[in-house]
Amino acid sequence: MINFQFARAHDVADAVRMIATDPTAKFIAGGTNLIDLMKEDVERPSRLIDISRLPLKTVEETAAGGVRIGALVPNSDLAYHPLIEQNYPLLSSAILAGASQQLRNMASTGGNLLQRTRCSYFYDTATPCNKRKPGTGCSAIGGINRGHAILGTSESCIATHPSDMCVALAALDARVHVAGPESTRTIAFNDFHRLPENTPQIDTTLHSNEIITAVELPAKGFKANYSYLKIRDRLSYAFALVSIAAALDLEGETIKEARVALGGVAHKPWRDMDAEAELRGRTPSEATFTRAADLLLRNAKSYGDNAFKIDLARRGIVRTLTQAARATPQSQSDKKIR
Amino acid sequence: MTQASIVARRTTSSAPAKIVVALNINGQQRELEVAPWTTLLDALRDHLGLTGTKKGCDHGQCGACTVLVDGRRINSCLALAVMKDGAEVVTIEGLSTSDALHPLQQAFIDHDAFQCGYCTPGQICSAAGLIAEGKATSPAEIRELMSGNICRCGAYPNIVAAIQQAMRQS
Repeated sequence: MINFQFARAHDVADAVRMIATDPTAKFIAGGTNLIDLMKEDVERPSRLIDISRLPLKTVEETAAGGVRIGALVPNSDLAYHPLIEQNYPLLSSAILAGASQQLRNMASTGGNLLQRTRCSYFYDTATPCNKRKPGTGCSAIGGINRGHAILGTSESCIATHPSDMCVALAALDARVHVAGPESTRTIAFNDFHRLPENTPQIDTTLHSNEIITAVELPAKGFKANYSYLKIRDRLSYAFALVSIAAALDLEGETIKEARVALGGVAHKPWRDMDAEAELRGRTPSEATFTRAADLLLRNAKSYGDNAFKIDLARRGIVRTLTQAARATPQSQSDKKIR
Repeated sequence: MTQASIVARRTTSSAPAKIVVALNINGQQRELEVAPWTTLLDALRDHLGLTGTKKGCDHGQCGACTVLVDGRRINSCLALAVMKDGAEVVTIEGLSTSDALHPLQQAFIDHDAFQCGYCTPGQICSAAGLIAEGKATSPAEIRELMSGNICRCGAYPNIVAAIQQAMRQS
């Protein structure tokens, strides 16, 4: 691994001050992605600022009836937190679909949002990659791109965002609380991650001098009708080829509100308001869910190897919405897809 | 732990200062001087001579380096030693606190739960973490929550059986 300086932040203001004085420094919390990227020579910070001891480790109910999740709450603690298990089981399920228990014990909530793509060309410093080295080109377009994006791609980049947790957070309309040198602000989850366009080196709308302090969930948790289905090459401990977070608010046989977010298919968790609007007021059925899936995928584009993802996503969306409507969410330990 | 506990000492070269880290390793208080980029895994193996913890992939993909830090299983290859200052670390060498084998160690022998043995210290430390977490009861849940530990010899059925035996004893 590269050599670097090490410092520890005492509080959030201290952390923000430290990052502002050194543009080549990086925050480190769980380290599960950053240390790996440093070993691969993809990330080369001059200094690491340890934020792992900042007091951002609680899950608290908000006055609005939602929850505020501290940025340093480990993924495993969050998945098993009673407030999350009871009121936001979609989030618990998505977290437990990702990584391994060891990694979930280390990885933080904020860090999960900021993890970088697992595109093999991004990791391979011997190949061109616009995300790693802007202007060098995209090796995945025309390369081996079985795992790559089908939605929201650009000529610069077809990388995917690897998180499962973020797919559920997108479906649940989370908000990201951040602190900067001057002030704090909140960012709607859908505005937090960005599409690659012609600047794929920028993953999010977080400024370089800002730090994530919390993720807030609104009161509505869709705890009765939800499912998270992750389809991957092996049954556990692999990144998604396609994942689907589905949440329905049913009144009798009528869908009052629907949320669908996709993972493994784009540079960010993918939502489509037209598809969700199509579901509103309808009765759950395969035909209804197929129409929504077709809307979600209407601009899907194959890059060759990943053509199969379009059909896989279509069938996965229908299946996951069906699981949600039947209140039979996908189990993350019994792997049978029913 | 405050900044005051980090004692930075300049070395003769221009390399970043080494940092003194205090760790409780298997019940013993130890102090070591490490560069910031030293992982907990390398600190255990190269600085403390505790080579029971294995380096497999060194990228958090295989689980061979699994140890318990403050009672939780983690991949020591992705943890910086300097960030664990003040932590309690338990490795395969310290899992049993007596001369007898830990119930998991005995169960792995009873069930022939390894072949080459390279992944075994990580499997056993991970299983100890799993039992402490108390989230797995069925074989399917054990398999899922042990998926961070790869066994290239494919001893998985026997590993699950060994963990079930140890669970019954705990």
